[in-house]
Amino acid sequence: MNQSALVMEEKSNEHYLDDLKEIRSMMEKSSRFISLSGLSGISAGIIALVGAFIASWYIKTHIENPSYTLQTVVMVRMEDVLFLLLDAAIVLFLALTSATYFAVRKARMQNLPVWSKAGELTLINLLIPLATGAIFCLILYTYNIFILIAPATLLFYGLALLNASKYTLAEVRYLGICEIVLGLAGMLIPGYSIILWAVGFGLLHIIYGAVMYYRYER
Amino acid sequence: MKDIIAGLNKEFDNRVRLGIMSILMVNEWVDFNTVKTLLNLTDGNLASHISALEKTGYIEVKKEFVGKKPRTTYNATPEGKKAFRHHLDALEKLLKGNS
Repeated sequence: MNQSALVMEEKSNEHYLDDLKEIRSMMEKSSRFISLSGLSGISAGIIALVGAFIASWYIKTHIENPSYTLQTVVMVRMEDVLFLLLDAAIVLFLALTSATYFAVRKARMQNLPVWSKAGELTLINLLIPLATGAIFCLILYTYNIFILIAPATLLFYGLALLNASKYTLAEVRYLGICEIVLGLAGMLIPGYSIILWAVGFGLLHIIYGAVMYYRYER
Repeated sequence: MKDIIAGLNKEFDNRVRLGIMSILMVNEWVDFNTVKTLLNLTDGNLASHISALEKTGYIEVKKEFVGKKPRTTYNATPEGKKAFRHHLDALEKLLKGNS
């Protein structure tokens, strides 16, 4: 090693400890997708709440006896199920679009490339459990087990977040755990699908988004 | 004591350079703006440290065009990675020795 490149004076322990902290923090931060915006969460949450509101309105006005035991729910008319699925699909589409919009906006503001290796890893690791969940719900649908579909979407969404949290903001992990707990609880007490969705996709996203916005973007 | 301190590399005695190398240890070909945002720096400040690291041969620079926009990316060279690991070992030893 070049002798002139050596440090001869001694510095305090604290200085070196701070050096190590900086190294650790940079290694961690730089390998994650950091453009996810709190506003993405808030907008997705609001859209989900509107969707849940429409669904509950539809059930109140169109389904005569909205009881949700496993036996009676199978007798719900196909068009009702289709309306609710369509509602859910539109919510999903709008939520994803708005979340993407705010992430792109944040990346632009940070002057970062929108598409990065970390972003790619986040997306792939989010999509694998999510696609698994979607197929699983389709299978439930074909077996007429509608009662488990709503909690299952929360469960798989939570697992997807947990999985992707390794490549994006660490707080996503806690959102994921909340969704999983909510999904499992929903399976134990069936019949509250709309409320589950409103809390899981609406309320939790808004809380998470607000916390993140307050923490990192103000 | 002096021997342990001698293991520290003066090139990494600066927080900015330490940050740049940390980022490049775990990522390949990172662009200027990403480094700038992560370290919260101004253009000029980052550029001067980048060129210092380039001069020592610890990082390599690639300039290319994405459409009409120039894009500069950086990568740690094998020597750079080796030197940084050496520096990290020295830091750890130093902290263990002093506590």
